[in-house]
Amino acid sequence: MIELKNVSKWYSDFQVLDNCSTKIKKGEVVVVCGPSGSSKSTLIKTINGLEPFQKGEIIVDNVNVHDPKTNLSKLRSRVGMVFQHFELFPHLSVQENLTLAQIKVLKRNKTEAINYGLKYLERVGLTNQKDKFPGQLSGGQQQRVAIARALSMDPIVMLFDEPTSSLDPEMVGEVLDVIVKLANEGMTMVCVTHEMGFAKKVSNRVIFMDEGKIVEDCTKDNFFNNQTALSARAKEFLSKILR
Amino acid sequence: MFTLDWSFLSKKVVGTQTYFSWLMTAWETTLTISLFAFVIAFTLGFLMGVLRTTQNKYLVLIGNIWTEIFRNIPVLVQIFLWYFVIPKIFPIFSKLPAFALAVIALGLFTSSRISEQVRAGIQSIPTDQRYASLALGLTTYQSYRFVLLPVAFRLVLPPLTSEAMNVIKNSSVAFAVSIAELTMYAIQVQEETARGIEVYLVVTALYFISALIVNLISIVVEKSIQIPHFIGGKK
Repeated sequence: MIELKNVSKWYSDFQVLDNCSTKIKKGEVVVVCGPSGSSKSTLIKTINGLEPFQKGEIIVDNVNVHDPKTNLSKLRSRVGMVFQHFELFPHLSVQENLTLAQIKVLKRNKTEAINYGLKYLERVGLTNQKDKFPGQLSGGQQQRVAIARALSMDPIVMLFDEPTSSLDPEMVGEVLDVIVKLANEGMTMVCVTHEMGFAKKVSNRVIFMDEGKIVEDCTKDNFFNNQTALSARAKEFLSKILR
Repeated sequence: MFTLDWSFLSKKVVGTQTYFSWLMTAWETTLTISLFAFVIAFTLGFLMGVLRTTQNKYLVLIGNIWTEIFRNIPVLVQIFLWYFVIPKIFPIFSKLPAFALAVIALGLFTSSRISEQVRAGIQSIPTDQRYASLALGLTTYQSYRFVLLPVAFRLVLPPLTSEAMNVIKNSSVAFAVSIAELTMYAIQVQEETARGIEVYLVVTALYFISALIVNLISIVVEKSIQIPHFIGGKK
């Protein structure tokens, strides 16, 4: 469903993505991990064309992301994305956050959009917060609304960019529960995360990045249970975070 | 110690006009220049500020050049340029009254300042917020219209208020091209009546009141767009 072919990206002279290639099949849950500054977030943002790249090719559901003729807005409306800092629109209520893009992009009428929005709001357990503004919610609640907002667009794949990194430890669970449930329902997803417990629990595959390169791209079992086969850099990373 | 003597206000100037009615006309002129100038400044300032935050380098260049031209020249010099120089180069402007030229000068000067504030406001919104709106499929225009600008407007309202007050205060330079606004009145009338202290007291008060009115309007606007837990909103 998603294919990256030799994707490279530079900020002037500095290379941030180095020949990254991988394929993600329908229904697959892929975790992207690696140290800070390894360009994980940049990689995931190239998939829906938020981050431009200079070399290589990305195909999402038979659409070429890099092609200047591609209608990126249309493609993005089918790719859900959840950000590290939630990025709810602060001047809109929860319900308006859920319906804005449905109405403006998918051209659903207001009632329909509200129905969709509230359906997903219920799934993340926040129906009673629909009239609140983002600033009135906790971090965990905001992130669950952000997930519901993305799901309201009926995405074919969900991209998560460190969805729990800016949450208090006690709120990580409530957000991960929502993501795990989604994974179990068969949603295709790519998730940048440091939550190795989550990776072990739901992922099919793990991509390990370092300095803009995909160093490891293997099944969950190979990554966590067959460490002799891993590169020295991946072993070092795992030894630090798995204790 | 001096004694204040306000009796000149009721004295006739010409016909039925008194120094008081002239004062009111002058105040009206000050407010009219300021209002028109601010409308120009707000419209063009917002537009240029937005252009400078786009991903298109030509639009950014246009916004940057605009801003640099109008903020790097003293406002008094700009008024003279519009009055003496521009009509010579572009004859179409020679048909405009001095009042209109002063409004244009003041409006464009202030637009460069508003452009800078709007740019700063939009750029202070995290990149991921822009990305979040695009990721939902909104076009660049929609993302500005429904997400970035409503947030940025709330962020720049306080400096915008200062700017609206500045327009009123800066409108005093219009006296240099003989527009009968408050400062012109002050200079003229203190010569005619020799009541310099009274004249400047009353003109100062009117400038102060004008700025205060702007501030009150701004408070009302700020209240009406307030959002709970967001930029000055109630908890």
